[in-house]
Parts: sequence; structure tokens; C-alpha cells
Amino acid sequence: MSPVETSVSARKRRHSLALTVGLVLVGINLSVAVLTLFWTPYDPLNASGGRLEAPSLLHWLGTDRLGRDLLTQLMIGARTALLVGIGAIAIGAMIGVSLGVVAAFATRLADDVMAATLDILIAFPTLLLAMLVVAASDSASLWTAILALGLAISAIVARLTRILAKRVLRQDYIVASRTSGTSWVGVVFRHVLPNIWPTLSINFALQFGLAVIAEASLSYLGLGAPPPNASWGRLLQEAQGTVYTAPIGAIAPGLALVALVIGMNLLADGLRDIADPTRGRSR
Amino acid sequence: MLLRLLPGDPANALLSVGADAAQIEKAREQVGSNLPLWQQFLRFAGSLARFDLGTSFVSGKPVIEEIAARLTVTVPLALMGFVLAILIAVPLGILSAVKADRWYGGLISTVSQLGIAIPVFWVGILLVTVFAVTFRLFPSGGFPRRGWQNEGQVLYALALPVMTIGLVMGASLLRYVRSATQDVLGSDYLRTARALGASFPEALIRHGIRNGAVPIVSILGIELATTLLGAVVVERVFALPGLGSMLLLAIEQRDYPNVQGVLFISTLLVLLIGFAADLTQRLIDPRLRERAVGGNA
Repeated sequence: MSPVETSVSARKRRHSLALTVGLVLVGINLSVAVLTLFWTPYDPLNASGGRLEAPSLLHWLGTDRLGRDLLTQLMIGARTALLVGIGAIAIGAMIGVSLGVVAAFATRLADDVMAATLDILIAFPTLLLAMLVVAASDSASLWTAILALGLAISAIVARLTRILAKRVLRQDYIVASRTSGTSWVGVVFRHVLPNIWPTLSINFALQFGLAVIAEASLSYLGLGAPPPNASWGRLLQEAQGTVYTAPIGAIAPGLALVALVIGMNLLADGLRDIADPTRGRSR
Repeated sequence: MLLRLLPGDPANALLSVGADAAQIEKAREQVGSNLPLWQQFLRFAGSLARFDLGTSFVSGKPVIEEIAARLTVTVPLALMGFVLAILIAVPLGILSAVKADRWYGGLISTVSQLGIAIPVFWVGILLVTVFAVTFRLFPSGGFPRRGWQNEGQVLYALALPVMTIGLVMGASLLRYVRSATQDVLGSDYLRTARALGASFPEALIRHGIRNGAVPIVSILGIELATTLLGAVVVERVFALPGLGSMLLLAIEQRDYPNVQGVLFISTLLVLLIGFAADLTQRLIDPRLRERAVGGNA
């Protein structure tokens, strides 16, 4: 076997490893989240032990400052994180893809205006935009957080869609399709979307991870879902005050969060290689 | 851009004060939100031009004064974190690209992958756990009341926050430095320089850095803006009285002029940093300058 072939197969193996690990991490999270719909170790809302108990056989991760089981909180946090990630991506994708496609078709002037607006929106950190949306609504809830992150993501998605769609629209087969009588709407659904979908879905996976981090940050700042919705960000915020006596509370939710985000990033890496096998691992 | 971002939510800010109708009406007159929207906007735009950001609903002090005081915390924090990030990212990023086949090259890039998956505030909490709780080296938060009159105390208070920003930003920057270095390593001019007798480090320093720096500078601009605006989370972790915590407090208290003022200044900073990054790129790369003069930049 030539050295080139060896390196290609070695790379392939590493990529499928990334995909596997990513799927396992996300899969665990998803199963835990679904499980909490039917069963949790303890009642998430009420004390089930003493305050700030150390980990034991009864409470694997100990209890929080109100005596609630930390593992239960953590499991519900997985549900919140997934809900926010999926919701934000759904909103971001719907708005972003529509705007991006419209911009790709728009006249030069309208396109320039849209591109400039998107650039400015993107220059603002997602978290700051989300803070503003939450501030503009009357009270913080899980849904305002999802909506806020979805809007912030839609700007990023719109810019990417616009660039990708323009590239597709320049192709000869679009002209051919148009001359053979396909409407513009038909072109979008038959040619543009299927062509840009692989790249977009990779970006969605990356944005999912960022949305989960941003939601945790919002909750940490007290702008996320109010209690009783357990969120990893709020768990960390509550645990920070008791880090001297119960350090595990300040560590476990962070580990769970990082595992989910890394899982999504690995998944994105793996998907990228499936979508474009020629691309090397450059990042 | 200001037009779109700033005057978004005045009615909302007032409706949630939770007062009776008369009080609300009085408050509305006081801030002028009983006027038609376009008049409000004209007033607002006019005062912005004079750098008059109004007075806070809560403290009654001019917004601009409060912002100026807050910036003495946020700007040094962001800049020091930024410098630390560069000190971490540039050498390690180049090393991990040049020595990609060694174990430490791979280790560096793996750890940097981890760095982009970790929320800033958790890094802060972990650093507090290690350095403030376990080793008791640095304070876990707070800021000297008298501010910069005592530099030593300020630096002591900022040590962990700066480390937090530096580590997280360094990790994300490192990936860009690494990929820019990889581009340089595969370039023809580097091979030519080597063929002409330059040693590998010499060729990399004389030709590589200048070329590799161009994309990095624009990333640096974005990262610096993100750090300045994103300092809100770090400020919360370490209870620092910076711009971010001012925004957070203003949002909680529905102190609308303060929210608006912080946003205005942040937008200004983002624009200025973007502009500075553009200029720096032109300084580094003469090709960009010529294109600009040619009129089709």
C-alpha cells in the first residue's frame, strides 16, 4: 500500500471515530432527556435529602442548597439544553434560510443592504443580541431564550445561505432549468436547497453547540428560563456560591454541558467528511 | 445601524415599571416617550450627536459618566485578556502546525477544540475553585472600591478574570493561527525562501508571519469586539463593576437610558475596532493598499 493510501485510510478511520464519539455523546444526552419525561431518581422540585450533601449511594452527585437531588436536576438540564438547541436551530433555520434565499435573488441594492445589515448583526456577540431580546420581552422564560437565540442564529444562517445560494444560482443548469420553464420557486426547491443543504446542516450542528452554551450563559446571568426549569447554567450559578462546601455542584453541570457541545462539534466534523470527502482536516 | 438597534423597546421598558396609571403617565412625560415615535427618534439622534446619552432612571446621574467609570474596568480587563490570549495562541498555534506530526502538536489542537466547547463562565468558576478556594492565591471576585488609585490591588483583583478571558479566547484564536500557519507552510514562497538558503525558522519569521498575519488580524478584531462586549459574563462571575454588569443591572432595573447608552458605546467600539483591524491589515499587506487606491477594494 502506498503512503498516500495509508494516510487516507487513517484519516477515514479518525473521522468515523469522531462521528461515533459524537453520536454516542449526543445519544446519551438525548436518551437522558427522553427518560426525564417519564422518570427521574427523585422529585426535581422538592427536597429529598439534607442540604449540600456529599455524593452517596442515595444521591450519586449529592444534593443542592435546598436539599434537592443534583443528579435529577442535571438530567432535567439535559432536556432543557436539547429543547433550547433544537428550538433555536429551528427558528434560526426558518428565518435564516428564507432571508438568505431572498437576498440571493434580490436586486443588487437590496442584496447589499441585507448583506451589510447581517454583517453588523453578526459582529454583535450572540449572547448580547439574546440579552436584548430577553430585555425587550416582559419576563424571562424558556421560550424567550429560545426565540432570542434563534434570532441571533438566523443572522449567521442567512449570511451563509446567501453566499451558498448565489454560488448555485450562477451555475449553468439553473439557466437551463429556467429556460425549460421551471418557476423561480421551483428552482429554489428543486436545485438551490438540495445543493446547499449538506453545508447548512453542518453549520446547524455547530450552531446547536453555540446555542447550548449561550443558553447556559443566559441562565447563568439570570436571564434564562426561571425556576423550576432546571438549566445547567443556573445550576452552575447556584453552585458558585457554595463552591467551598460542595464543589461537585460547580463541576458536574459544566462537564455535562461540555460533553454535549463537543458531541455536536464532533458530529459536525463527521458530517462534513461525509458531505465532502475531498476536504482534509484543516481546522 | 444605530437606527435599527437602539430605539427598539421604549414602551416595554416603561410598561413593566409596575406603577399605577398616573405614575406611568408622569414617567412617560419625563422621558418623552409620550411623543410620537419619530419625534422620540429625532430627539434621540440629536442628543447622540452631542454625546448626551441622557440620565439614568434609577441613579439620576448622566449615563455617559457611569459608562466612563465602568470602562475603566472593562477596557483593561478585555485588553489584558486579549494580550494573554495572543501570548498563548500565537506560539502554541505555530508550534502545533509546524509539529503537527508530534504528540504535543496533536495535543495542543485537541485541547484547543475543548476550549471552544467550554462556556466562559464555567472556566471562571473552575479557576475560582482552583486558585481562590484551594490555593487561596487570588481573590474569588470583587474590585477595589477606590479603583485605579491602587494599581497593585486592581491587578490582583483582575488576575483570575484576565486568565479566564485569555484561556478561552486563546483557545479559539489558536485554531485560526494554526490553520493560517498551515497555509503558510504549504506555500510556494516559503519553499523558494528555503531553496535560496534561508533556514526554516528564518524563512518562517521573514516571510511566514507577515503573510499569515493578514487573516489573523481580522479575526483578532472580531475577537476583541467579542471580548469587550462579552465581558458581561466574566464580570458577573467575578463581581466586577464593568460595562457588562452595568448593562445587566440596567436590564434588570428596566433603566432604559442606561441600556441604550451601553448599546450605543458598544456599537461605537465594535465599529472602531473593525476599522482599526482594516487599517492594520492594509499596513501589513501592501496588496490590499493598492487595491483600495485602485478603487475596487
